[in-house]
Amino acid sequence: MSDAALPSVSTTQPRNTSRARGESPVVQIVLIAISLAFLLLFLLLPLVTVFVEAAAKGWEAYRAAITEPDALAAIRLTLLVAAIAVPFNVVVGIAAAWAIAKFEFRGKDLLISLIDLPFSVSPVISGLVFVLLFGAQGYFGPWLQANDLKIVFALPGLILATVFVTFPFVARELIPHMQSLGSADEEAALTLGASPWRVFFCVTLPNVKWSLFYGVLLCNARAMGEFGAVAVVSGKIRGLTNTMPLHIEILYNEYMGAAAFAVASLLAGLALVTLVFKTLLEWHYGDVIAASRRH
Amino acid sequence: MSVAVTIETIEKRFENFPALRGVSLDIQPGELVALLGPSGSGKTTLLRLIAGLEEADRGRVLFGETDTRDLSLRDRRIGFVFQQYALFKTMNVAENIAFGLKSRPRHERPSNEEIRKRVRGLLELVQLPGLEKRYPSQLSGGQRQRVALARALAIEPRVLLLDEPFGALDAKVRKDLRAWLRELHGRTGHTTVFVTHDQEEALELADRVAILNEGRIEQVGSADDVYDHPATPFICEFLGEVNKLPVKVVGSQAFFGDRPVLGGLSQNQGGPASLYVRPQHLRIVDETPLALPGTVEHLRRNGPLRRAEVAVEGLKKRLEVDLASQVAPAIGERIRLRITHGNLFAAA
Amino acid sequence: MTAATTTFRWREPSILPGFGLALGITVTALSLIVLIPLAALFLKAASAGPADIWAVATSPRTLAALKLSFTAALFAALVNAVFGLILAWVLVRYEFPGRRLIDAAVDLPFALPTAVAGISLAAIYAPNGWVGSLLAPLAFKIAIPFTDLSFGFDGKVAYTPLGVMVALIFIGLPFVVRTVQPVLEELQSDVEEAAALLGASRSRTIFRVVLPQILPALMTGSILAFARAVGEYGSVIFIAGNVPMVSEIAPLLIVIRLEQFDYAGAAVVATMMLLISFTLILGGNLIQARARRRFGDV
Repeated sequence: MSDAALPSVSTTQPRNTSRARGESPVVQIVLIAISLAFLLLFLLLPLVTVFVEAAAKGWEAYRAAITEPDALAAIRLTLLVAAIAVPFNVVVGIAAAWAIAKFEFRGKDLLISLIDLPFSVSPVISGLVFVLLFGAQGYFGPWLQANDLKIVFALPGLILATVFVTFPFVARELIPHMQSLGSADEEAALTLGASPWRVFFCVTLPNVKWSLFYGVLLCNARAMGEFGAVAVVSGKIRGLTNTMPLHIEILYNEYMGAAAFAVASLLAGLALVTLVFKTLLEWHYGDVIAASRRH
Repeated sequence: MSVAVTIETIEKRFENFPALRGVSLDIQPGELVALLGPSGSGKTTLLRLIAGLEEADRGRVLFGETDTRDLSLRDRRIGFVFQQYALFKTMNVAENIAFGLKSRPRHERPSNEEIRKRVRGLLELVQLPGLEKRYPSQLSGGQRQRVALARALAIEPRVLLLDEPFGALDAKVRKDLRAWLRELHGRTGHTTVFVTHDQEEALELADRVAILNEGRIEQVGSADDVYDHPATPFICEFLGEVNKLPVKVVGSQAFFGDRPVLGGLSQNQGGPASLYVRPQHLRIVDETPLALPGTVEHLRRNGPLRRAEVAVEGLKKRLEVDLASQVAPAIGERIRLRITHGNLFAAA
Repeated sequence: MTAATTTFRWREPSILPGFGLALGITVTALSLIVLIPLAALFLKAASAGPADIWAVATSPRTLAALKLSFTAALFAALVNAVFGLILAWVLVRYEFPGRRLIDAAVDLPFALPTAVAGISLAAIYAPNGWVGSLLAPLAFKIAIPFTDLSFGFDGKVAYTPLGVMVALIFIGLPFVVRTVQPVLEELQSDVEEAAALLGASRSRTIFRVVLPQILPALMTGSILAFARAVGEYGSVIFIAGNVPMVSEIAPLLIVIRLEQFDYAGAAVVATMMLLISFTLILGGNLIQARARRRFGDV
């Protein structure tokens, strides 16, 4: 009579009350203490240090350090690079996610691995490859010089290196989410007569907006904070090709610690804002972006 | 030792949800008892309490004369088969079955040779000889269940507890395993308690069925007891299909409207009541003093049986009637129904 | 899809539009930004000629830098495997005040620019820093197991190989925690209950039943942390001291070669780094694939 009897998973049982699970209170306290100590030493202390050191010489020195012309130029350049690199990766990331999540084709796994490739390449190498291509002794160096074009030690190089290191971020968040959604919504919209672009902007994009935002957030944080790749292609010309992280390095190496930490505090602030947004997104939309919590 | 497990007025609540509200039950040695009830009735909680996986807020569980409150999970010696089997997927079948024996303190632990022999014997008992080296992922659902059972039996349990033992299997395998489990129980004689929401399963397998509803045991008895003499309207409705008639009891007769429908009643309480009648206890008759007139509105096939839906004046729901093989009423035909058996409950 | 078995088809038909455009954009961008530049790297390295490649590859300074990068990354990955596991366990299993805050804080190394982390760690672990000054009196002899890296701890962390490890532990921690955490969350409680009812002690349950199940995730996380650590530059160079042959990491050597306009030398070191880490990652993935085939996802 009850052939359709499903395995009844009772929802009224909070599982965590079980006596069989869980360690003794002493073990729990020890493990929590170890965790807290480890985090304090390796995470919290560095973060606090940034702000403490930045404030070490007082408010005036802090203000001077971040409003000094070279610092302002570095801030402007960092924002500019991110403003170009992030939208570029958004477009490419959406295109990649569309192709990979909505279609079945040969070589898909390879394509996914290749998109992830920049994650496993040292930032320094990410910069190096562009020097090898466009540097004075690079493959296109002579041609660029003949035509009076500059890529390495100039803005284009900074952008290329930044795009390289942040290439996977947006696609990575979008692909699993779009895959889990399937294509039914889009197919329904198409059969109702919507144009392809309308389908994309009115159906697909609203569906994945939170994971897109999540990807943009991480992409932007990395783009503004990137150091190794940018260091290689920048040439570190003050006021011209110095981004904020590079400016920090120069100040630090010139023993202007407080100034270095003052600029660093801006980036640390950015990191905190990123973390807050990221955490809020995970709390509120964890179900849709949880699939991509691994980086 | 006359009683294997005694459950005494157990109460248990989860946050604001009372899972068990004063449950008592005695389980005899070697008995096969089913805890039957809808989901949320507390049956799984009761099973986990017997196992010691949950602690009761009030009441106690005795194994023989021993209060289990102070027994560690190991000392309880419970064989528990989980609904999803909970096999250790990084261990092969032999390691799974041997796990309990190898978990014993050194001086109680059998030798490796002895353990190997026991594993082989248990695999034969559950009819899976030669599968020692397989991993759980390489087994079918039915095979996994048998391995889980062998693993539970390996520790020579005092009591065997099974949580929805057939819940995760498809219908065909479920039927086969049911017969096999009955036979296995006959052979090994373990005191066994299993939880199910499937009344057919409970009635077919168990020596006694305890029916739970909203944290209380409503009735305990053999399959015939609970089916033929349900203690409450809930049990009547839970154990298969039933028609419900509002009646009034006067003297030894029950009246539907002003028409007597059932006679020979012994309980002379009188007043309004509900009469529960199963489809097979309604018979089409030509003319008797105790009969219910109605119109056949629908005929359908219900497995091997034919079923008529009969509209009765004054009753919103049509009566479900099982038809004897030689009777073939037509749709729209006026018929008379006699109630051959019914259960009467005073209206609440 | 009826004739799909006989005719070669490189993509399944779909009524959705835009496949060509989307794939076109993706492949073009991927080629221009990632693939062609990486190919240029290998080409440059190869063009150096066997003798030069050999000379660069076997020069003591290159070998020392590679050895430091890989051993420090390995050590950091091991430390992160242990503490990351404990941290993930605590975050998933225990309830304590501030748990959600700590959970969020684990991602800090993802969000904090490496240069910021670098100068901050250097300041903390410098001899006059908050931690460095505490460690100074604690000089001891330390040897890293399975390597011949061993040195007397003279009370200094910053500007030594230990400093390199501190930075690498910092940047690698979230990889382990974030990979192990979801697996721990999804672990069925009935398996632990089964073990306890079968008479296993809590520690036997954890070490024989629970840990083997999360081992693949722990390995994945550690490999990710390791891969990231091998190539890490920004957070390391400030704290490492960058003494050639002692605390000079491979990425820094690449930068130095580049600054000397030795493009081929830089390309050779970079290629060696990539090849070694790709091999290690591939090996790790193969071990895992084998485990997954055997144990399934039951």
